[in-house]
Amino acid sequence: MAVIRLTTVQVLDERIEFSLSDVCRTCCISAETVIDMVAEGVVEPLGGGPDNWRFTGANLVRVQTALRLQNDLRVNLPGAALALELLEEIDELRRRVHRLSADWPD
Amino acid sequence: MKFKDYYEIIGVQRDASQDEIKRAYRRLARKYHPDVSKEADAEARFKEVGEAYEVLKDPEKRAAYDGLASGRQAGEEFQPPPNWERDFVFGDGGFTGASDFSDFFDALFGGAARHSRGARHNVQMPGEDRQVRVTISLEEAYRGTTRRVSLAVPELDAKGRIVTRDRTLSVKIPAGVIEGQRIRVAGQGAPGMGGAPQGDLYFIVDILRHRLFRPERRDIYLDLPVTPWEAALGASVKVPTLGGAVDLKIPKGSQTGRKLRLKERGLPGNPPGDQYAVLKIVTPGADTPELESLYRRLAEAAPLNPRAELEA
Repeated sequence: MAVIRLTTVQVLDERIEFSLSDVCRTCCISAETVIDMVAEGVVEPLGGGPDNWRFTGANLVRVQTALRLQNDLRVNLPGAALALELLEEIDELRRRVHRLSADWPD
Repeated sequence: MKFKDYYEIIGVQRDASQDEIKRAYRRLARKYHPDVSKEADAEARFKEVGEAYEVLKDPEKRAAYDGLASGRQAGEEFQPPPNWERDFVFGDGGFTGASDFSDFFDALFGGAARHSRGARHNVQMPGEDRQVRVTISLEEAYRGTTRRVSLAVPELDAKGRIVTRDRTLSVKIPAGVIEGQRIRVAGQGAPGMGGAPQGDLYFIVDILRHRLFRPERRDIYLDLPVTPWEAALGASVKVPTLGGAVDLKIPKGSQTGRKLRLKERGLPGNPPGDQYAVLKIVTPGADTPELESLYRRLAEAAPLNPRAELEA
């Protein structure tokens, strides 16, 4: 079977940046939705004002996660923002437990 | 194909009310949501629960399913009755991202959906994104690697219907990815409808547990066993790192738990991570009369109360 080589990949970390229109296109959402998320504190882009905003790869992942939580679990934007913060806190605690105890987190 | 017991999947009795079904579904959706749950099979469970709810929430589909389910057990061999699709024509009850429900669902309820989707040729709808987990070793995260992934890739056939084909994709994972990292491959998700763009494919990186190293983002932690005299007198010891062994100077007067940093010896990045060697003093047993006497001399020469802080 033919193997399709995927050569152009983007690692969504802090080394990659997206403009507001990149985020809208990638997530299939309007600029207003992103602006609402910034206002709610879901993501904090670099740069002043929507025209100059730069979103890191990690920001993009947060936007997508917030969208999935809203669509799949019927939570509103503040609820999704709260869930994201709690999920990140759990991740951070899991990492700390792992580092201290040498046990892989469950 | 195997028969699926949608009631068992949702965890309700067959005579459950619509409200009970809705409540049970919402609870399970929260529990198994792939962004929330860390369970390995969360995504599969989330889809399965979504599929069960797709049927049970719709009284028409539920009644048809109940007719079939009577006397059947989950997992038993099953074929839809002849003329099933002719006898039951299901309205398009609004699909909630139903692109990858099971063959069982597809055989029972897929016909109507396929038909109505094919008919919607004027509607523009971007393709769905796909998420696939890839597991790599910590060494691979350090050096970068290539993974072959076999996927059922959705495509549009000549009539504009979604069909899936098995494809093997080869993806280059760059050096310096961390646990949970997402890697985006544009345009390899599900096809869009009516000329809308294709969705994207996302790989989510899982890193295998390592025998020695514990990653925390890009930093690497290693327990480094040392002798009491290496800790007390200072020493230079060889320490493994992901890039190979390096010399590490243990400062005189070190104690267990001291963290020594090997700058930029962690996972590559901007900035790269560091490696931390966490000292762990290992003591020899007083197994011979000579060792025992040496310990007694040490006790006299270095009176130490390590529990001073515990006293009131």
